[in-house]
Formats: sequence, C-alpha cells, structure tokens
Amino acid sequence: MLVPLSWLRDFAPFDLDPVELGEVFDNLGMVVEGMTRVGEGLDGVVVGRVVEIAAIAGADKIRRVVVDAGAPEPVEVVCGAWNFDVGDVVPLATVGTTLPGADFQIGRRKMKGVTSNGMICSSRELALGDDHAGIMVLPGAMAAEVGRPFAAAMGIESDVVYDLAIETNRPDAMSIAGVARDAAAKLGLPFSIPAPKVTATDAGGTATIVIESPDLCDRFGATIIPGVAVGPSPEWIARRLTRAGMRPINNVVDASNYVMLELGQPTHPYDLDRLPGRGLLVRAARKGETLATLDGVERRLGEGPQPDCLICDAEGTPVGIGGIMGGASSEISDGTSTVLLEAAHFERMAIARTSKRLGLRSEASARFERGVDPAGIERARDRVAELLGLAQGHRAVAGEPPVPSRVPVRVARVNAMLGTDLTSDEVRAYLGPIGFSAEPVADGILDVTVPTFRPDAEREVDVIEEVARHHGYERIARSVPRSPQVGQLTAYQHDRRRVRDVLVGEGLTEAIGPMLLGPGDHARAGLPEAPGEVIEAEDPLAREESVLRTSLLPGLLRAVVTNVSHRVIDVPLFEIGHVYGPPPAGQVLPDERERLAAILYGEGGDGRAAADVVRTLLGALRIDDVAWRASRDEPGLHPTRTVRLIAPDGAVVGVVGEVAPDALSAHDLTGRAGWIDLDLGVLLSGVPRRDPAARVVSRFPSSDVDLAFVVDDTEPAAAVERTLRDAAGDLLVDVWLFDVFRGPQVGDGRRSLAYRLRFCAPDRTLTDAEVAAIRQQCIDAVEQRHPATLRA
Amino acid sequence: MVDDSDLDAARRRIASAATLEELRAVENDLLGKKSAIAAMNTRLGELAPEARKERGREINELRSALTGAVAARRAVLEEGDRSAGIAADRIDLTEAVRVPGVGRAARRRGQLHLVTQTRDELEDVFIGMGFTVAEGPEVETDWYNFEALNIPPAHPARSGFDSLYLKLGEPGTVLIRPHTSPVQVRVMEAQRPPIYSIMPGRCYRKDTPDARHTPAFHQIEGLVIDRGITFGDLAGTIEEFTNAYFGPDIHSRLRPASFPFTEPSAEYEVTCVICHGTGCRTCSGTGWIELGGCGMVHPNVFEAVGIDPEEWSGFAFGFGIDRLAQIRHSISDMRVMADNDLRFATQF
Repeated sequence: MLVPLSWLRDFAPFDLDPVELGEVFDNLGMVVEGMTRVGEGLDGVVVGRVVEIAAIAGADKIRRVVVDAGAPEPVEVVCGAWNFDVGDVVPLATVGTTLPGADFQIGRRKMKGVTSNGMICSSRELALGDDHAGIMVLPGAMAAEVGRPFAAAMGIESDVVYDLAIETNRPDAMSIAGVARDAAAKLGLPFSIPAPKVTATDAGGTATIVIESPDLCDRFGATIIPGVAVGPSPEWIARRLTRAGMRPINNVVDASNYVMLELGQPTHPYDLDRLPGRGLLVRAARKGETLATLDGVERRLGEGPQPDCLICDAEGTPVGIGGIMGGASSEISDGTSTVLLEAAHFERMAIARTSKRLGLRSEASARFERGVDPAGIERARDRVAELLGLAQGHRAVAGEPPVPSRVPVRVARVNAMLGTDLTSDEVRAYLGPIGFSAEPVADGILDVTVPTFRPDAEREVDVIEEVARHHGYERIARSVPRSPQVGQLTAYQHDRRRVRDVLVGEGLTEAIGPMLLGPGDHARAGLPEAPGEVIEAEDPLAREESVLRTSLLPGLLRAVVTNVSHRVIDVPLFEIGHVYGPPPAGQVLPDERERLAAILYGEGGDGRAAADVVRTLLGALRIDDVAWRASRDEPGLHPTRTVRLIAPDGAVVGVVGEVAPDALSAHDLTGRAGWIDLDLGVLLSGVPRRDPAARVVSRFPSSDVDLAFVVDDTEPAAAVERTLRDAAGDLLVDVWLFDVFRGPQVGDGRRSLAYRLRFCAPDRTLTDAEVAAIRQQCIDAVEQRHPATLRA
Repeated sequence: MVDDSDLDAARRRIASAATLEELRAVENDLLGKKSAIAAMNTRLGELAPEARKERGREINELRSALTGAVAARRAVLEEGDRSAGIAADRIDLTEAVRVPGVGRAARRRGQLHLVTQTRDELEDVFIGMGFTVAEGPEVETDWYNFEALNIPPAHPARSGFDSLYLKLGEPGTVLIRPHTSPVQVRVMEAQRPPIYSIMPGRCYRKDTPDARHTPAFHQIEGLVIDRGITFGDLAGTIEEFTNAYFGPDIHSRLRPASFPFTEPSAEYEVTCVICHGTGCRTCSGTGWIELGGCGMVHPNVFEAVGIDPEEWSGFAFGFGIDRLAQIRHSISDMRVMADNDLRFATQF
C-alpha cells in the first residue's frame, strides 16, 4: 500500500527522519518495500505562459515555443509535444535543472538551428504523475503566477511515499489513518482522526434500503447527496490520490476513493436518478444472474456452492457485486446531480469466496475480505460529503452497530508466552494507544475491549501479539530451550545418507527430477499411463507438469537427454525421490514411496555396470540375502537384461538391468543405459542385514580351490554360486567368480564359469584330504542341481 | 704360496667386476672348488702338523679377506641395480588421462545435489541442538495441509499457497503439500510433547518459475513444544542456529508478520551472508536477507491435534532450502537446479 508521509501527518505530528520512520513501520510488521521522495528537485522549475509557437524549417516533430517566464526577455525552447496552445500556462525547467523524473541536466542545446534554453515538462518528468503523453498544462488561474517557482505556486510540498506490505491480520493498516495510529502509538505521539464537518439538507428526497441477506451484509448505509456538479477534483485531492497510486477520475469517485484510502472504508456512489425505485436492496444472487461491472466485463453470479452478495435497485435488478465492484448502469457520469452513497459492511468470507471465484479483485474487495470496521460506515459517509463540500440529504443505516468483543487477558500468560516481565500497567500502556482498552478486573487479569476495526483479534493470544509488537520483538530477551532428547537421525535416515555416499563413490551424481510430468512422458519411457494408472493434477500450471510421476525413469531419461545435448557423453546419475501410484483400495492418498534410481549412460554404461553398483551398495549395507531373478516384463526395461531383486520374505526390492531399447530410441538416445530402481523402504527396512558381530579371523593358512563349470547360458551365475556356498559348508571363507569364457570349446548356448573358493579353519591347518573332500562335494552339488559340468 | 701381490691382484679383480654376474664368476675363480685356495687347502695334509696349523690359519685369513671383498663389492653392485630400477620406474602422476565411459576404471567420484548437501548441513546443525528429523508424505489431505493449521476452507491465506490439487477423492481435498507443515501436524498427532523436531522435504506451489522460485522446492521447518516455551526461546533458537550454520558474525532479527498457524508471528532475517551487513545487491542494500517465517504455535493448531495449549507452548519456523543454497552459492537463476546438468551439478 502506498502511504504518503504528508497524509499521515493529518493524524499525528510525525517529525522523525523519513528513514527512521520507515524502520518504525518495519518493526511494527508493516514492512517498507519501497520509499520514494516526490515533489523534490523542482527548484529550477518556474511557471511560464506560452506566448508563441512556430514551426522549425526542416523539422516536423518539434516546434519552437516562446515562453514568458516573468523575466523581461521571453525564453525560447524547442518542444516535441503538441498538446498545448498559445496562452497555456506550463511548467518551465530552466537551464541547469535536473528534473526528478529524468536523469539528465537541462542544458542549452541547438536543434535545427534553433537554440533551446530550457524545457517545458510533462507530469512524469516532474515526478508528479504518470502522464508522459504531453506537457502538463496548468489551470488557467495559474497565469497570475507566471515567473514564480512552480512548486510554491502550485502548493506542492516535497513528500515521501512509503510502499508498505500489510499483513492479512492488519485490516486496520489498510488505511492511512490506521498506519498513522500504529506508528503514533509506537512513537508516543498524539493521534486523532478529525471528525468530519457535515451539514444536512432536505433536498434530494428519500431512498429505501432493504437487506434480504444479513448473512452476507449485516450493515448497510445509504446517503443522498444532492446538488452534485461532476467535475475534476481539487488539485490537492488529485495529488494525494496520485501519490497513493490511484488515478483521479472525477470529484465524486475521487472523494469515495480518498475516503477508502484514508479510513479503510470502501464506499460506492450511485447516480440516484439512474436507480429505478430510488433505493437499494441487498440479496444473494440467483443462479445464472449476470451483471456488467464497471470494468466492462459481463459477470455470471450465483454459480458457486455458497451465495454471492448482490446490490440491486429497489426493483431487484442487480446494480453491483457487493463489496467488490459496482455495475455500469448506475455509474456516476458528467450529468449526475444526485448521488446515493453506499457505505456498508460485508461478510469477509463471502467477499473472499466471490472475489476468488470471479477472479475479480478490487481495492474494496481486498479490504472487505480482510475485515472492515463495521462501525466505520457513518464516519466514511460524512467524510465523503465533507470532501465534496456538500450537505447530506436523507440518510439511513440498516443493521445494528456491532458490540465490541471483550477478551480476558492474563498478564502472567502474556509474560509466559513472550518471555517478558511486563507489569499490568505496561501491558495496558501498549494496548491503549492502538484502541484496545484494557481494564484490570481481577488480580493479573485485564478485561480487554477489542476495537471494531480489529476484527482479526479474537483470542487472548491475538492481544498478546499486539503487546509483543508494541513492546518490540527486538527487546524480548533471547533464550535457548534445552532439548531433553539426544538429536539423531533415524536408522533409515542414516542408511539413506550411506546409500548416497556409496553411489557418489561409485561415480554417480545426484539428480533431483520433476515431481510432475507431462502427458505422454510415462509412455515414452515405456511405463503405463492409462487413466487410473497415473494421478493427474486438477488445474496444473502447465501441461508439462500435470501428471504425478510413478517412476523416476522419465525424469532421469530427460536429464540424460539434457546432458547429451550439451555433449556431456557420460551421464551416471542417481535420484532418491518419491513416486506416487494410485491410492490403494479404500484410501484417499496415493501409494507414495521413496525410491532410489540410477541411470548409467555412456561408454560402459550397461546392465553389468548397474549390477556392479548394486553389489557394492548391498555390500555396504551388509545385505547378503537378496535373490536376483531374471525378469522379462519390467515396464520400460530391457526384457533379457533385467533382474528383479527379491527379499527373503518375497518382497520386491527393485530391479537392476538396462533401459528398454524402445525407451531409449523414443528419447533419441543410442547405445545402452544401465538402470537401477529400488524401493528404498524395502531395501533399508525390509531386508535382513548380516549380523554386525565380529567374526574371528583365523591365524591358520587358507587353501584355495579353483573350479570351472560349463553352464547353460540361461542358468544364472548367482544360482551356481549359491549352490557352491551351500555345499562348501562352514570352512568356506570366500567364493568369487574370476573368469567367464564363451567359445567353441564350451559349445553353443553355454559358457564356462570359473570360481575360486577359499577355505580356512579357525583352529588348524586344513589337510589336503579335507579340502579334496569338500571340493568333490561342491562339484557334485553343482552338477546335480544345475545344467552344468565340471570343465576338465 | 700366495704372496701379497697375488692378494692385491685378486682384490683388483673383485673390485673391477662390473655386474653381479661378473662378480659371481670372479668369486668362483677365487674361492670356488677349482680355485688356488681350494688347491692349497687340499695340499694341507702334506704338511707336518706344526706347519699345517700355521698354514691353515694363513689360508683362512686369505679366504675371509677375499670373501669380505666380494661381499662388499656385491653390496655396491646391488645398490646400483636397485637405484637403476627405481629410476626406471619413474612415472608422471600428473598424466591424468580422461577416458570416457562409466566403467569402473574410468569412474570419477560423483556429487551430491546441492540441495542435499545443504539439507544435510542444516540437519546436522539441528541434530547438534537436540532435534530429530521428521518426514512425511508429499501428497497430503486438506486437513493436514490447512485445516489442522488453522486455515479453514475459503480462508484468504489459502490463495497465497498456490496449491496444486489432484484428481483424487472429492475435488479440492488432496494436494501436493505447498509447505512441510503437514509433517508438523503428523508429528504432533503421533508424539506427546516435548517435541524438538525439524521437517525437511519437498513441496510444490503453482508459482510461475523465475530466477528465485521454481514450483517444486524444498523446505525445512522446525517445531519445538515443551512446557514454558516462550517467544524469547524462538528468537534465541533462531539466533543459535544462524550462528552455527552461517558463522558467528551472522545474526538474526525478527519482524512482526502474520501466519494463520502461529501467533505472535514473525519474519526472520539474517545478516546478508554476501556483504556481511554493509549492503549489496543480494540484500537490496539493506544488509539483511529475509530467510523465512516463524512464530508461536497458534492455540487453534494445538486444539486441532489434541494438545492442551494451557499446559504446553511451542514455536515453529521454516525456510527454503533451495533459496538458502542459491544465496550461499551465488546462483543467479534457480531454474538451472532443475536441469540436472552435470556441468552445473559437479562444481559444488
């Protein structure tokens, strides 16, 4: 909200340095987002009168203008604006001036052979307005001021305009007077809102008011102001509105806007002669009713689940959307002579709902939805009449003024909540100046009357916040509570960090992929995407972010594509993130799981590399008991290069292998991509770990046995190894595959798997006979249980 | 008979052996089975016992002199071989060949995402202050997101969250969480106070991406509930965290603000970490950077989860992890973080 300092001074004598005053606003929670000085830098500008305009030979955009600036010799300038005539009074910037709205110094310049000895200015160049279309032509009466300094002649005072961010719980601060009240209280300055001086008249007749929907509007005031002559506002009103960011329109609309800015109470002027039935009626909109609002848009009402508030003429025809925007039919026009002024109080939530559904926000709706003072109607209506300088005719208010609410506040509770040591009197001293009268009623208890302009304050704690604000957050002594527990990660969180570290050590870089994908992204990665298989957003920001991911694959493929397009040819990435499947039966929330996925793209990035990474990972987690089963039907994955990892209890830990060739080519990727996709919850919590108890390392020598088997290609090496482990018994300390050989010697569809087995006893040196016996057990077991023969 | 000149000649032969092989040949000549010394030894038996004793002593002296000379020469030659071998072993460790490929041989260390690094650091600071780390679902119900947090339906504050609702259940009831606060509600439901927890996690707001915002982002919140917790405790905890995370010369300050779930509420700012308070572009010349919001837990929130606000009090705070990483690493445009571009990701 734009708040001119000069306007604040109408209510309290602020004489602090403007920067320091800005800090006061900050500390009260009205954060200064900008601070502009206006009306300054006008020292070199004088009032001038145009005495001659002449064309310049060879120029069609600029003219020679002679200005009488009060000196014996007129001033000759070159000007490119055409909106003025001989005799007009204009602001003239003399040579040497740097204008507030322009960043250059005015010099003596020669254009097309004509010397320009100054500049006649637009309102924007003077930082007095936004208009840059033409020169600021001054009222004719200013001709008497020719030669005088412009600022003095126009009565322009230098000013500071604050741009304040007002929080939603400060409806009172949506007005100049409210900001002044808060700051004056903090600074200990006297504050008052002068009572408007109004006179009454019998002229203008009467008007009726009917409230049919008190749940939408509990107070409604209508005042007839006869004898209106619509025209421009006085200069000072127009200037204040401009500084506060509103465009002056005409004296009636400006007076209404001025009062809204000043007091926070929106009002709405109707042309009474254009209101059939000479009255207003407040009711809920009927379904499908329409109204053309002042901005020229046809609005449909009554379409929401809850009612919209309509203002109608006495015959029931809509003339405005209550608290949001008036209609075009009864708008103030040049011919308006009698105004019916509405000043009402609307239900906050009703305004918020309607404004949101229509996508229509106005200065009025912004105030009503935060909460306007229901007792502010009378002052606002009087102030409008005062600003117009007109007497009030018939006036009426329907609905009772509210009874201020009262909240008991315990001083001990104030101190317990804030960590302060305030006395009852100190608390009262903070509350009184901001309108909360607090009377001690019992020991340590204050009966606080909440002012009607603070509808946000409902409970004791709301009052405590006011005490804290006016005491000053910065004055509350800091302390640190001692946690009674040891801070630590859960086992899951700890292991998750370990998983990440292992993957980083394996050369993978962590990615964070999109939570939401576009339609077709799942399908392109070979994943199901039919209705019911994915969860869609109701009203997404963009089509590309409209479907919740069910897998980390599409995002990681996208990351690979991005990197490859930048000629990063090796892309080893992993991600730990949530995926969201359709809700399990009877539940409303998705089947949300934390998964670990990795993609290995580039030279050597294939299923074997992925399996290596998984083996390292399982080793780091002390996981031995995971079965590797070839799996042909994993969506998006290579049918003959993928295995499923199964926990001993049958739970699926995840898959390892390669991305399906179709999914790669759909992303214009060539070659192979290793792929890992594990359910982190199952991996870290659902698989038994090797007992961490230390095993004794034997001091006796070990013996190695090498065994090579010719095994069918379809038989997994892991199964052969499992058999070797089982058959070898307790004396086996290690077994590993050290060679794989395919060739004519072993035959088609088979390969040789060479294992080294290391045996050792804890208490003796093994004899050759013992080792030979175990060796034979191993050979027999493998040959019996697998399509395998010992290689001679 | 061997005289001194013969001994000298033998010594010269030993000394002139250029390789270990030559030395072995010389040794064989001088001390082997067919050497003069061996012959002399054989002839000892021909001497009278007295002379034999004398002669035997002389032969032994001679033998040990020659053996000593050979050993000395061998040591010299072996040392020469060792140094030559070591010299030939020389390699240049700066010949860092980059082989494309993700195979084990070519693999270099990877990197954690900047957000993860930042999150871990933050978690560690709070763990040191006695907090646990709580997590919860990213897709949430309206109750956990808003209603339990004192934001009833149609509350104006809802519009500020730019929530993305999903086609699940009744329209407008399930959404991607726009803040991690629902985890606070879940913690309060599951655990009786005292509670000292932080809630890091991913959120989403339907907010047009720009240099400082992406729709998906990460937040970290903290919740403390105990007997006698005050606003002073909130300010002190934030200051302690600020010092621990940013360093002792970075301070915090609180400004009144408004959130439905806390009362009193505050925005908190920290000394600009770029200019250390003197004013720069990052802090718009103010010397302070706005980090997040905080406040005393609203009694309506306590009541929603069945905690007695007369017995317990508490505070909550929260801020953006991505934004913090952006400030700390001077990242001009947040949107690059979503690209997972290795050229960007591997520099931290």
